[in-house]
Amino acid sequence: MIKVNGEEKNYVNCNILELIDNIELDKNRIVVEVNKVIIPRTQFDNYTLQDKDVVEIVHFVGGG
Amino acid sequence: MLKLGEHEFESRLIIGSGKFSNNALMPEVIRASGAEIVTLALRRVNLKDNKENVLNFIPVGLLLLPNTSGARNAEEAIRIARLSKEMGCGSLIKIEVINDSKYLMPDNEETIKATEILVKEGFIVLPYITPDLIVSRKLRDVGASAIMPLGSPIGSNRGFQTKEIVRLIVEEINLPVILDAGIGKPSQACDAMEMGVDAVMVNTAIATSDNPVEMARAFKLAVEAGRIAFEAKLGLTRESAVASSPLTGFLDE
Repeated sequence: MIKVNGEEKNYVNCNILELIDNIELDKNRIVVEVNKVIIPRTQFDNYTLQDKDVVEIVHFVGGG
Repeated sequence: MLKLGEHEFESRLIIGSGKFSNNALMPEVIRASGAEIVTLALRRVNLKDNKENVLNFIPVGLLLLPNTSGARNAEEAIRIARLSKEMGCGSLIKIEVINDSKYLMPDNEETIKATEILVKEGFIVLPYITPDLIVSRKLRDVGASAIMPLGSPIGSNRGFQTKEIVRLIVEEINLPVILDAGIGKPSQACDAMEMGVDAVMVNTAIATSDNPVEMARAFKLAVEAGRIAFEAKLGLTRESAVASSPLTGFLDE
């Protein structure tokens, strides 16, 4: 299992692009961090998620 | 012109994108404000409900200024800044480090630490601070591109309560000074601009007004009026009266 934004998910052996397609996110409007390391968008399709990876997917929201 | 890093702006009103009752209002509000810079925050995507994206409501061509809200120390601010930069909207960042939940006062010491590191990484850093002249000097010395002192606690609409300290920062620090937080009325924004603040950042006062479009326009005009007055230079203040009308040629003289 991996953790995505704090939730346990079974995306082991998926790449990041598959993960975000599955959650139906626009890859140009998010940033992905795996184990506190930012993964550039260009590497989404060849970064394979491993068991126990901690993934954070963030985006912009309204703020002051 | 307001200059931040290599960017130049005609408008001296920066608008925040938080707290709108309906994001669909934002394009018209932003247009009415004349703002060229919009602030944003960075948060986790909600995995179940993520269809509405704030970027859909910000007109193309505006400069996005992400903040590091949510950061409680320098390390967290740096992490949020790096994530924000990866969004691909440029290298401006408003450093906001807060670990006080009642008044939301920024932690100046952690803010200086974060600023120093992020400047070295190539960010254009705009630190949000509790107004303090010495802290402002330190921020200038580590390479901040502007100083963002607060007027009163975030979201309080209590106005420009920190005027005397901000006045010193404006006089002493050769960087743009952007009054941020607590400005509740256009007259308060105008007051700050008349005094020589370079720009004003407003969110709550506009977003939570009954008519955010008209309030955005009111702030636009107030900021412009204040700037024009500052550039024209205010007249002297005196202790006693000086007649504006001639003191000769009265009837029956």
